[in-house]
Amino acid sequence: MHHVILGTGPAGVIAADTLRKQDANAKITLIGGEEEPPYSRMAIPYLLSGQIDEEGTYLRQDKGHYETHDIDVMHARADGVDSKNKTLVLEDGKEISYDRLLIATGASPIRPPVEGLDLPGVHTCWTLADAREILDRALKGDDVVLMGAGFIGSIILEALVSRGVKLTVVEMGDRMVPRMMDETAGAMLQRWCEHKGVNVLTGTQIREINRGKNRLDVELSTGKSIPAKLVVVAAGVAPNIGFLEGSGIKTGQGVTVNGFLSTSATDVYAAGDVAQGKDISTGEFSVLAIQPVAADHGRIAALNMAGHETPHEGSLNMNVLDTIGLVSSSFGAWEGVKGGDNTRMCDEDGYRYLRLEFDGDRLAGAQAVGLTDHIGIARGLIQTGLKLGRWKDILMKSPERLAEAYVATAQGISTV
Amino acid sequence: MLKALVIDPGKCTGCKQCELACSYVKEGEFNPAKSRIRVFDFHQDARFVPYTCTQCAEAWCQQACPVNAITTNEWGVKEVHDSLCVGCKVCTIACPFGTVNYNASTGKVIKCDECGGDPACAKACPTDAITYTDIEQAGFDKMRHWAAQTDAGSRAGH
Repeated sequence: MHHVILGTGPAGVIAADTLRKQDANAKITLIGGEEEPPYSRMAIPYLLSGQIDEEGTYLRQDKGHYETHDIDVMHARADGVDSKNKTLVLEDGKEISYDRLLIATGASPIRPPVEGLDLPGVHTCWTLADAREILDRALKGDDVVLMGAGFIGSIILEALVSRGVKLTVVEMGDRMVPRMMDETAGAMLQRWCEHKGVNVLTGTQIREINRGKNRLDVELSTGKSIPAKLVVVAAGVAPNIGFLEGSGIKTGQGVTVNGFLSTSATDVYAAGDVAQGKDISTGEFSVLAIQPVAADHGRIAALNMAGHETPHEGSLNMNVLDTIGLVSSSFGAWEGVKGGDNTRMCDEDGYRYLRLEFDGDRLAGAQAVGLTDHIGIARGLIQTGLKLGRWKDILMKSPERLAEAYVATAQGISTV
Repeated sequence: MLKALVIDPGKCTGCKQCELACSYVKEGEFNPAKSRIRVFDFHQDARFVPYTCTQCAEAWCQQACPVNAITTNEWGVKEVHDSLCVGCKVCTIACPFGTVNYNASTGKVIKCDECGGDPACAKACPTDAITYTDIEQAGFDKMRHWAAQTDAGSRAGH
């Protein structure tokens, strides 16, 4: 049995490890598109802030992990899949035959159609190679412009601030993290970042970037021009599905999969940022490009590849973010569900906010700013659909009692 | 023999010596906010529930860690390695029990590691509400059952 895994991010590496646990004798080939050991993009901000070195970003920290587990790691880029002949075609023309194939090719940064994005000094922040460029260019006191204050942009924001640069963030949405948090939370994050010395421009677009004298000039939709030594682009990511064109493997937003993470082609599976898997909140199939989903997908796809039929019941969208010391998180249907109740606790001066969304007496979504204790319980409550009973009424008045509500409900404590 | 922390809320009087013992042993300070075990008070019902990590077999925190900073030791306990943890906090949202927490003063996450086989909370508990017991005798099934419900797929058996 030859398992070929395309992609060396968390989904691919977890799949390889899972396959090895299931089958001691299978041949496992793990193919990465970058000339690096398998690493975590999520760790890049911590590399930029100097907390870790490059080795600290590696997905497996035990020495010789892949050799020990007899996983062949190779560097190549895929050009196509011939699913009839069960062959993977690489960009250099080589072919690799597989018995089972996992597509875990992840996503790549979107480059919006803005003139000047190809100038030297303009970088995405996605790969270790990008990180090396940014490490060279973002030095103390430098003018840096960050394009995008979505989730990824906001994580990079903190890393750039820690390098002591003079930072301006330009976000076209009406607030920071518009797809992760509501207006109240977004405004709170913005106020916090501004208080920490970051220039945050929401509702603003970068029109074009021009080469100035020893600097870049960033032209804004407001008519203003700001100087920059470095522009970092964080305008979202899109699944890497281009190489599947003509393969017959169905794609939509990402690679189309069923409830077992199997694609439309026999013995071909997909996992992680590239897979359009089931979202437990909506019941629909959509790309949830987050680490915990990649981990779940990788493991479940591998179990199915190894012949252990394992359903993927659905993933929960969730994110956690630290913007210069203010921690925020969101879970599931944080914008609410039709006909559901919601409740909020807001402490503007204390930078604390909690919003809960219910579906009947079940928790459907949550957002938190400045509150981190036992926050994972929000996931547990949403994903298990635990009926809160009279604890829902308590939470409607006191949302901050979420952890208590879970413990009480799970322990059968009624509270009169 | 595999041992585990076994909690019997019915015996808990809410004295919170476990929280103090935990924070003192792990952090060198008497600070319940940094304790790995927490006692929930339900005053109206006169009930107290000590609550901490159940060391799931296939732990969400461990699976979600992007830098391999959470490993399983020989007793099945999930340990956070401070030298590897970057403080990304993904484990704190991935753990459906909320028993991995962020410690802002160190920039790392903290969770129960059963004190390497000699848990301070159990030693400090005056009423045997928290004991360190052979896993076969433990009332673990209930917790495991709930854990199974939270799974994105079927974790049992694999």
